[in-house]
Amino acid sequence: MSRKFMKGNDAIVVGALQAGCRAYYGYPITPASEIAHAAALHFPALGGTFIQAESEVSAINMVYGTAGMGIRTMTASSSPGFSLKQEGLSYIAGSELPCVVVNVMRGGPGLGNIAPEQGDYFQITKGGGHGNYRLIALAPNCAQEMCDLTVLAFDLADKYRNPVCIAADGFTGQMMEPVTVPAARPVPFDHTSWCVRGDAATHRNLISSIYLESADLERHNLKLDEKYRRIARDEVRCEEYQVEDADLIVVAFGIVSRIVYSTVDQARARGWKVGLLRPITLWPFPSARIAELSRRDVRFLSAELNTGQMVEDVRLAVEGRAPVHFYGRCGGMVPGAEELLAEYGKILEGGRS
Amino acid sequence: MKITEKPVAFYPEFERKSGPHKETTHYCPGCGHGNVHKMIAEAMVDLGINERTVFISPVGCSVFGYYYFDCGHMQAAHGRAPAVATGIKRANPEAIVISYQGDGDLAAIGTAETLHAANRGENITVFFVNNAIYGMTGGQMAPTTLIGQKTATTPRGRLEAQHGNPICMAEIIATLPATTYVERVAIGDSKHIMKARKAIRKALTNQVENRGYSFVEILSTCPTGWKMDGPDARDWLVEEMTKVFPLGVFKDESDHREGAWHRPVEPFAPAKRDAYLGAGEAEAKAEKLPLPAELHCKFAGFGGQGVLTLGLFLAQVGMRAGLHASWIPSYGPEMRGGTANCSVNLSERRIGSPLVDRPNLLVVMNQPSLEAFAGEVVEGGIVIVDTSVVENCPGLPGRRVVRIPATGIADEVGTPKVANVVLLGAICAATGAFPLAFVEQSLRETVKKKDLVDLNLAALRRGHEHVLGAV
Repeated sequence: MSRKFMKGNDAIVVGALQAGCRAYYGYPITPASEIAHAAALHFPALGGTFIQAESEVSAINMVYGTAGMGIRTMTASSSPGFSLKQEGLSYIAGSELPCVVVNVMRGGPGLGNIAPEQGDYFQITKGGGHGNYRLIALAPNCAQEMCDLTVLAFDLADKYRNPVCIAADGFTGQMMEPVTVPAARPVPFDHTSWCVRGDAATHRNLISSIYLESADLERHNLKLDEKYRRIARDEVRCEEYQVEDADLIVVAFGIVSRIVYSTVDQARARGWKVGLLRPITLWPFPSARIAELSRRDVRFLSAELNTGQMVEDVRLAVEGRAPVHFYGRCGGMVPGAEELLAEYGKILEGGRS
Repeated sequence: MKITEKPVAFYPEFERKSGPHKETTHYCPGCGHGNVHKMIAEAMVDLGINERTVFISPVGCSVFGYYYFDCGHMQAAHGRAPAVATGIKRANPEAIVISYQGDGDLAAIGTAETLHAANRGENITVFFVNNAIYGMTGGQMAPTTLIGQKTATTPRGRLEAQHGNPICMAEIIATLPATTYVERVAIGDSKHIMKARKAIRKALTNQVENRGYSFVEILSTCPTGWKMDGPDARDWLVEEMTKVFPLGVFKDESDHREGAWHRPVEPFAPAKRDAYLGAGEAEAKAEKLPLPAELHCKFAGFGGQGVLTLGLFLAQVGMRAGLHASWIPSYGPEMRGGTANCSVNLSERRIGSPLVDRPNLLVVMNQPSLEAFAGEVVEGGIVIVDTSVVENCPGLPGRRVVRIPATGIADEVGTPKVANVVLLGAICAATGAFPLAFVEQSLRETVKKKDLVDLNLAALRRGHEHVLGAV
């Protein structure tokens, strides 16, 4: 297999094309614009569709239209634009349509800035739009995963008929690394039973999220809830490094997990048993694994580029069995290795004094 | 309302409708939607398109379009139907896409979607049912409510100074060059209805024949919202509404646009995508070179000097050598001082942080960069300085400083633009990380403009020689 040196944002487009995505709809925003640039170049060259929509709202609704036909489609944006897509995501989830939405997170709230942040964790994992629904959320931490998790995202979207979010950050989008381009393959799903393609086989199908009767809407919500429980049971993904004997387990995703990974060996050289637990799926969250690890003498530290969001899920998983600490930077400030090591020291040595 | 003589494009029984009455529509007596639905269904039958049709139900009274039409249905969020229609039509240009919208949907919350779908000349059919009021939500002001008209949110009547004027969408749409056919008709007397039927049929025929974007505005009645009985509502429509919204054709270029707006999609097979993206290509050079030490590098200078490209070159050399490699441009607070910089890591092991805050190799191409980053270099690290630009380059205790007039050498080679490649040669010599021949081969593959390869190779060799000679 050949490795190509590419930006994380470009790797997303490569993954999407190899997954069989045929239509991209987007609106420019820093630091996600490279995704639209690459899509504008490659989708039409491969016979697919690229449209620069008039707004983020329109882009997600174009996705809704194509997804309703059972055709793989995506959009990508960054935080303020992702906010605008929430209405569409609620409709897509309510209508059970498969699609992929990328959020290359930047600093907020409001206009914030264009530097990397992870301040949309709540918005991505807790709903974001109105009503009872969930996004499956995948958090890549390198260019290869920007590609591979995009492929996985399309498969999960089709498998569960649910929108999937790639929760990236400005760093993972801008960083270049070698990427092995995966082989393209046909889409292994047949959506004839529910999609509306504008043909005889599907002309009796209906894409809608309206259920006027209360009992019907409750039944629909319970059906969605059952689906989300299945996803939570079967689709949790996380990566662990040196957690088995760790006195301090650092929970981090995206770019922060890369920095923490660098610090684990350094910390151990100083005699601190530190490990890394990296959620790859932010939702479903690896709660069961964290709960399991919390049943011994251990401490947790949630390290994030925000003022404390994922830490709430860590606490919910730990259920008070172990101390849970938080360390965060935001606005584009990123903790260096020394800064994190100092924090570990405070927790492990200061905490026991 | 009961629809008599049901066209076959309607379901024989409206089974999706809740409640016991599966024969009748959910519309109020005197409402215009039933008439419009029937005319659309008739045209669908005549054109033989109902199985190919995707009907987009809006938000509003006609949200339940899927109760009635025997065709594919997608329900759209309020105002978003033209965007949804775009997503359908572009993915399958053979589908017949109908965007059926009311006045609040089309001309208020969805104005942007409406105008831009029209402006792109989407090959779709838009039926705009204008009844000058929000029906389903309880009779509030619409963007098309007439001046003086009383609604739930204009209890004293619509005032220009307070609420603006009724908006004439057909006239606006007709100004957009990409649109093909724009007409306003009415559900008033029988003459009006004949014209409406013809317009609806034409708008759908245009799409079947790929003639482009057709827009039919249909003035319609809402006796409930208007608080009138049926006959009074029809009279008010004919006498008052048509004064503000004149009937007629505003644009018709149907005749010379046949086939012009077909946008075919032909997605390549997996093998074609593999070929296009280079998946499965044999590795150019899989030889694995051992690295004397992990490299954590920072490259800094003015924007335009090529420091980012220099980092990229080195990272790609590392990739070719089978190493883990990362490159990241300066981003965020590091961008202080107007200097450009990037971080590169090369390692035989998986790379943790791509950010380099303690480099063991620093390459600087301007004075501010030297001052900003020299202090961060680890003990035993190497600092390579372009002395053509950096005038003041003191020694750094515990660090090896390599001085090279890179920009001057590049000038001699042919252009200052290859100063960064001179520095790449210097890096090879100073670190001993890669043999010169290996880097030469890497450059041949990396440099995009093939006529510049020799120039780059010359620059590389001069940089390499300079450092070796100086040692």
